[in-house]
Amino acid sequence: MIKTFCKTQIEVKVSEDGYLEDMSQWNEEIAHEIASEIGIELTDKHFEVINYLREKTEAKEPLTIRKVGKSGIVSIKELYQLFPKGPLKYSSKIAGIPKPTSCI
Amino acid sequence: METQEANTKKVVVDKKPLEKVCIICAKGSLEDVYATLVMANGAVMEGIETNVFFTFFGLDGITKKQMNRLHTATTGNPAMRMPGGIPFPTMLGGLPGVETAVSGMMRKQMEELDMPPVDEFLEMITAGGGTIYACKLAIDMFKLEKKDLSDEVEDIITIGQFYELCDGDRTQIIFT
Repeated sequence: MIKTFCKTQIEVKVSEDGYLEDMSQWNEEIAHEIASEIGIELTDKHFEVINYLREKTEAKEPLTIRKVGKSGIVSIKELYQLFPKGPLKYSSKIAGIPKPTSCI
Repeated sequence: METQEANTKKVVVDKKPLEKVCIICAKGSLEDVYATLVMANGAVMEGIETNVFFTFFGLDGITKKQMNRLHTATTGNPAMRMPGGIPFPTMLGGLPGVETAVSGMMRKQMEELDMPPVDEFLEMITAGGGTIYACKLAIDMFKLEKKDLSDEVEDIITIGQFYELCDGDRTQIIFT
């Protein structure tokens, strides 16, 4: 599926759920657009988490909210505050990485 | 095409996602408590309102003294196998120390998958907005007090209060 972001007019390949299929197509503008669709306004703290998720995905390390909580960037509670109702789901979507497959 | 689009839209409208889960944990073995914790945490992560109710032997899962040393049964458990899939003789399971060792191995394997110990798992659930309750009747029966329980436990409630928490037409009660 091809999705065009209205503000930036960038065309990217996304899955049915709206996750970017190629994480190299991601940029900060796209992140802002996905976030506003979800209803999240991105701050620097959000980007710290997003960059961490992208780094770990590039390193092919599996992600869990526990791991993010131990990263030293945010606690699990803060992660929920940044990405309400979808700490891993929404953060991954905004970070342009695949849908999380972890159950924890 | 239009009809198809209209149909797709209709499906989206008709979809009624789960809004609340109330999970009951009445058994205190390692796998029973973890089944509850994984389901509760998974619900919280999906943005579903989550209440967890621990009762009877399940109370071990929220009792400070017991929660991080839960055991898995090595007798009367036909699914128990040794590494390599060899059946685990029931006679062996009854020997002193075997259950402790097997439970330790299980915990180690879970840790490798980033599954936290019980106390930390409870913290993760409440950090996401989930609420943990203990059953009053079982607390009285086991002669426990609030101070014996994990700090993550919100309250000791009756079954009537628990049902009051289960309101809403998109609510499911899960008995693990």
